[in-house]
Amino acid sequence: MLKNDPLSRVLTIDLTRRRFSVDERPELFETALGGAGVAIRLLEEECKPGTDPLGPGNPIVLAVGPLVGLYPIASKTVAMFKSPHTGNLGESHAGGRSAVAIRMAGYGAIVIRGVSTSPVYVAIEGGHVYFRDASALWGLHSAYTAGTIMRQRESGAGVRSIMRIGRAGERGVSYASVITETYRHFGRLGLGAVFGSKLLKGVTISGQRSLPVADRRAYRTLYDALYKSATESPVMKKYHELGTAVNVLPLNAMGALPTRNLQSGHFEEAEAISGERLASEYLGRRVACAHCPVACVHLGTLRLAYPKEPYFYKTSMVGYDHEPIFAMGSLLGGSDVSSMFQLLDEAEVQGLDVMSAGVTLAWATEALQRGLISVRETDGLELAWGNYPAYIAATQRIVSQPNDFYRALARGADYAASVYGGADYALTFGKNEMPGYHTGPGCHLGYLTGARHSHLDSAGYSLDQRAAAKGETLTPDGVANDLLEEERWRQVLTSLVICLFARGVYTPDIVLKALATVGFDWTADDLTRFAADTLHRKQAFKLREGFDPSALRIPKRILETPTPTGMIDEGFIRRAIETYAQQV
Amino acid sequence: MAKRLAILDADRCVGCQSCMFACARRPGVGGLSASSIWVRSAGGIRKGYVVVVCRACPDPPCSRVCPTDALPMRPGGGVRLKPDLCIGCHNCAEACPFGAVMWDHEQNKPEICVYCGYCASYCPYDVLALEEIDDPLATGFTTPTPSPEGNVPHAEK
Ligand code: SF4
Ligand code: SF4
Ligand code: SF4
Ligand code: SF4
Repeated sequence: MLKNDPLSRVLTIDLTRRRFSVDERPELFETALGGAGVAIRLLEEECKPGTDPLGPGNPIVLAVGPLVGLYPIASKTVAMFKSPHTGNLGESHAGGRSAVAIRMAGYGAIVIRGVSTSPVYVAIEGGHVYFRDASALWGLHSAYTAGTIMRQRESGAGVRSIMRIGRAGERGVSYASVITETYRHFGRLGLGAVFGSKLLKGVTISGQRSLPVADRRAYRTLYDALYKSATESPVMKKYHELGTAVNVLPLNAMGALPTRNLQSGHFEEAEAISGERLASEYLGRRVACAHCPVACVHLGTLRLAYPKEPYFYKTSMVGYDHEPIFAMGSLLGGSDVSSMFQLLDEAEVQGLDVMSAGVTLAWATEALQRGLISVRETDGLELAWGNYPAYIAATQRIVSQPNDFYRALARGADYAASVYGGADYALTFGKNEMPGYHTGPGCHLGYLTGARHSHLDSAGYSLDQRAAAKGETLTPDGVANDLLEEERWRQVLTSLVICLFARGVYTPDIVLKALATVGFDWTADDLTRFAADTLHRKQAFKLREGFDPSALRIPKRILETPTPTGMIDEGFIRRAIETYAQQV
Repeated sequence: MAKRLAILDADRCVGCQSCMFACARRPGVGGLSASSIWVRSAGGIRKGYVVVVCRACPDPPCSRVCPTDALPMRPGGGVRLKPDLCIGCHNCAEACPFGAVMWDHEQNKPEICVYCGYCASYCPYDVLALEEIDDPLATGFTTPTPSPEGNVPHAEK
């Protein structure tokens, strides 16, 4: 690492004492690069065994990497914490301007500790840290409004990041999100609830500085090569044109689009919620994360008439992607786009993870249909496939929690099923709700084994799709090894906080070249060792906190609904989990 | 003839900041300390973006308020900074109606576009282009042609 690179500075903010300090940690970044690598090491230091996820001892670690501010698409911030949703490792990534803002403020990582005695938000402006009273923001109906107020009050337009929670985070919904720049999120695993438990409404970050490079010529040459492949490669074009919603129709055609709580992999109305249809009828704007020319973020226009007042309309912009469309569209059996957008907007207003919320609502719908619960539990709401007014009202109740049933839903489908039954169709993996792929054993194994129980850990769906396309047979050991190899490599990418959509651009060779220009003299072997070590540390943290791979619950539903690779066999899954656990 | 940066259509801007990083990268460093072009949301990302950069005024107010002649006019419009003369008083930044005088906090000097067009070559969505300035004397205009959408008066930067 270059001597004058501010990356090595770690900002620690203590909410209990309202103090902050900065530590120089060059050795930490030299061995762990940044992002996931640095965050897991800081979490090891900060989070004691058995920490209460909603207690003052749970740290929030935010980390960026050496390529941020220098190269395109190094645009993510990695958050680590103990998850209130799974009671184990919490790791969530967000883009927006967060990464560039943290780097421009002059830090490689931020650690937030303790608990405030009254609601606050923290404003970080370069070397200054301010604790701002947020009692007036606490309890605001909408997370949008909280963002607007913080935006008006703080400086740094154009380069600042505004992270905030909605009421879901304030009220401890275990899958509450933290929203950054309105359309990006630390969505998964409940960082929003951790913010809420600390009475932390938000964090704003801004700064402006130059960053050193080892060799100016080499830097500019490599930049141009990366920029060219980022803007010209067909994959990146695809993300810009239709966005990830481009996946809806192909997944549906192969029978892999989870529909009506995965009672089917095929949604007969998929066309209505496809990327193509949304682009032609609703797309209003595309936006980018800071320093990303791809601009994959798609915003749809929702125009609503006021029911009693003619000629009054409210126009909102609603972010959409494949995952929200699956979780609040096909999985809930809904295809009315305007209503789906209203539900997505409600999740955004409340500050909920749309994937966990959608999967939890899908479980509740089926539980109601099967008579495990009645309208007494649902507070009179007739949850039924495609009944968006009921889903919107239920989403509000998940946050307001008027009864035991909604208090259970506020802890996710796994917990709700442990109280009311119906675990066979509670689609959670390691207690985290499933993503939008039912391609075969690979995707589900990815959710089960991945460190954060996310499709982004190891992209098992691509193993399935390849096997289905080529007519190959998957084997448990083959899948386990492929997932492990992919998840390890992704430790490198997520330590450099490169957006995973750009994984094709940042090949190992390019990564080494880029590292050299910022003074990291690493070899391919160094990367391999580092990747394995980082993933191993995450797994060790999880085992320490009680994770038991052999006790992972496999929802029966995934074994009952055919996939493009055929029926999934439970023995296959168990065997692969074992292989993965032995090797990680 | 003198050139300046044209904002062709700010509605196409996705806020990717490629232009800002390009301008700052001209001397071969990373970061954003020395960018002469600035992109910010038009009051929340929902409403899109505005692009702020020097319009190369034919009669630049920034130049008129400089106490040390550090910002002489450029023939054809706009200004050139003479860093050695600049005392960092911020007068120019206050005077520019577009807020297009950025500030290099590390040097404590203004950052004003030099009309090189480097940023435009990194704009993926054709928002920016380098254009010839019409000779104001030849056409009889003494004020800039109506500026495209993207240039808004100094607001909240
Ligand atoms: S900096 Fe502002 S005032 Fe000066 S020439 Fe440019 S646009 Fe005109
Ligand atoms: S900051 Fe420098 S260039 Fe601007 S008015 Fe003052 S002396 Fe002139
Ligand atoms: S034209 Fe040149 S100096 Fe002006 S903003 Fe673009 S890159 Fe910067
Ligand atoms: S490069 Fe183009 S699209 Fe990107 S922020 Fe600049 S003007 Fe907007």
